[in-house]
Amino acid sequence: MPSEETLRALYTDMVTARYYEERLQEEYLEGKQPAFDISAGPIPGELHLAAGQEAAAVGVCHHLREDDVVTAPHRPHHVAIAKGVDLERMTAEIFGRETGLGAGKGGHMHLFDPEVNFACSGIIAEGCPPAVGAGLAAKKRNTDGVAVAYLGEGAIDQGAFLESLNLAAVHDLPVVFVVEDNDWAISMPKERVTDVESAAARAGGFDMPGVQVDRDDAVAVYETAAEAVGRARDRNGPTILAVQVHRRMGHFMGDPQDYRSDEDQEAAMERDSIERMETHLHDHGVDDDAIAEMRDAAHDRVDDAIEWAKAQPKPDPADAYEGVFTNPPSGVTDAEPDFDLAETGGEEP
Amino acid sequence: MTVDRELTMSRAIVEAIGDEMRADDEVFYMGEDVADYGGIFDSTQGLLEEFGYDRIMDVPISETAYLGAAVGAAQQGMRPIAELMFVDFFGVAMDQIYNQMAKNTYMSGGSVSVPMTLTTAVGGTYSDAAQHSQTLYGTFAHLPGMKVVVPSTAYDAKGLMHNAIRDDDPVVYMYHKRLMGLGWLPAPEGPKTPVPEEDYTIPFGRADVKREGADVTVVTLGLHVHRALDAAASLAEEGIDCEVIDLRTLVPLDRETVVDSVRKTGRLVVVDEDYRSFGLTGEIVSTVADEALDALEAVERVAIPDVPIPYARELETEVVPEAADIETAVRTVQ
Repeated sequence: MPSEETLRALYTDMVTARYYEERLQEEYLEGKQPAFDISAGPIPGELHLAAGQEAAAVGVCHHLREDDVVTAPHRPHHVAIAKGVDLERMTAEIFGRETGLGAGKGGHMHLFDPEVNFACSGIIAEGCPPAVGAGLAAKKRNTDGVAVAYLGEGAIDQGAFLESLNLAAVHDLPVVFVVEDNDWAISMPKERVTDVESAAARAGGFDMPGVQVDRDDAVAVYETAAEAVGRARDRNGPTILAVQVHRRMGHFMGDPQDYRSDEDQEAAMERDSIERMETHLHDHGVDDDAIAEMRDAAHDRVDDAIEWAKAQPKPDPADAYEGVFTNPPSGVTDAEPDFDLAETGGEEP
Repeated sequence: MTVDRELTMSRAIVEAIGDEMRADDEVFYMGEDVADYGGIFDSTQGLLEEFGYDRIMDVPISETAYLGAAVGAAQQGMRPIAELMFVDFFGVAMDQIYNQMAKNTYMSGGSVSVPMTLTTAVGGTYSDAAQHSQTLYGTFAHLPGMKVVVPSTAYDAKGLMHNAIRDDDPVVYMYHKRLMGLGWLPAPEGPKTPVPEEDYTIPFGRADVKREGADVTVVTLGLHVHRALDAAASLAEEGIDCEVIDLRTLVPLDRETVVDSVRKTGRLVVVDEDYRSFGLTGEIVSTVADEALDALEAVERVAIPDVPIPYARELETEVVPEAADIETAVRTVQ
């Protein structure tokens, strides 16, 4: 069992992430009434919230350092919070503000915080190859850095994931593939699209370990991840770590979820990883007052970040034209070299 | 002092890569058959012996994984070179190329750079048919966020490769198979040129006037620089004086050199080994129409008609522009 300090840290990030999603949901839906218009309101576009998946985020990321690399998919906020991404600038990005992580050019699916080596992207399994590349860089530089690729269970059928497993395995790269299994790929239940019950089974074909945490218990994830991250850090190669989580909200805000039974939705709501975490804290002698104190502080932090973000300036439209390439460029010349070349057949008429 | 050491284009490319790898431990090369084989198109010939398997890396036939891994390593500050054996294979890995490599700098608001070079072989003229003969210049140049380099001579190839590796942004470096100087695919005379032994950089966005002329501006790149020069030599005998502009890079594009030339000649022929519609030829013509419409007296496009590239020699020759096709176009605008 982790120390009380660790339990508190896990819990704090979990309630931060949960409340963050709840608050974003409120902000998102504001301005989308009475008729839902996805382009309207203070947060436009798609919004994929991760309530119910916090255990997978905190249980792994609390083994990581700032220099370890994390790539996350389109449902990234809980992982970003657990990795220590700047909450204010992340929120400003989600609200499309100039001071956001991407100056308003990325949005909620494309968050980059190089200070803590976090990135996410919007295409299924797309973050796996860059995580392998980060692992390759760590190996080449002879560091003990680790890279973690987060993906959903719907992504385990993607070529990008399968190719990445092989490339990571053949070079013994320090990569952990964390599969957050929330049972649903938008509307498709996993049994309809794959015959393996656990994503961990994918490891078998690549001669790497695959482990499954069958409940969204942050402590169980933390303990299992210790081995996977440790294996990577000790340069013993990659691992698949599959975690059973639950999707408490729709795939995206506005998802009617007609495909989902009431029983399934209710079961997801009942299996609350945060309540489970509170039980762990109680077992450590942390009382309800102390828990409430942590929760309130986390909520205040979220409220403050949202308030800060909403007060930030909107981008100057002229900025849309800037930043396609690195600025200022380096290693680039403007000068044409001056050689006296002998004449050859093709060079001169 | 006159430089008279001649190299093939592949030797010039390898020399630049080797120099950069010697100067910077963070440069490494990934691709299929790049180690023992030395690259199917000699792009890494001899590098394994000096740098070993860790830096001249044979990789699984998993373009998505290793091109994406190059993105990941580049975002960590390394300078990977990743080879896509034929540009035609981009389809299996385009997501990593255009959704990550090309966009992460912009989407991150400039906080992330992707200093990688994607090398790839392009072009037809040897009956490799529809899946192994394309150039796809326009496809890569169309999608924002990648610099696109197309050398036509050994001299340019070396300087452009040095610049590509040192550039902080993703560079797609497209070498034409017919220009590399392969034993099994004879090159024309032109691409083998004198190449200085020291390293040097050729700036991006600077077209090169390969032949000065007063009557007609011929804008092209890659293999067709040499076909245009051949056409110009024939046309000179008829008294038509062509200016041949080698674009060298498509992104950034040197529009100024093109426009200045058309202001001088009044006549424009654009020659491309990519498909005709929605591509490079249209882009160049529209650039001139935007900026020098008053000077433009006549214009022709010579490109691959909008069909997949056929296999049989008679069919491929029909669709890939030859010097004679360029001559006809020049006579038409003259």
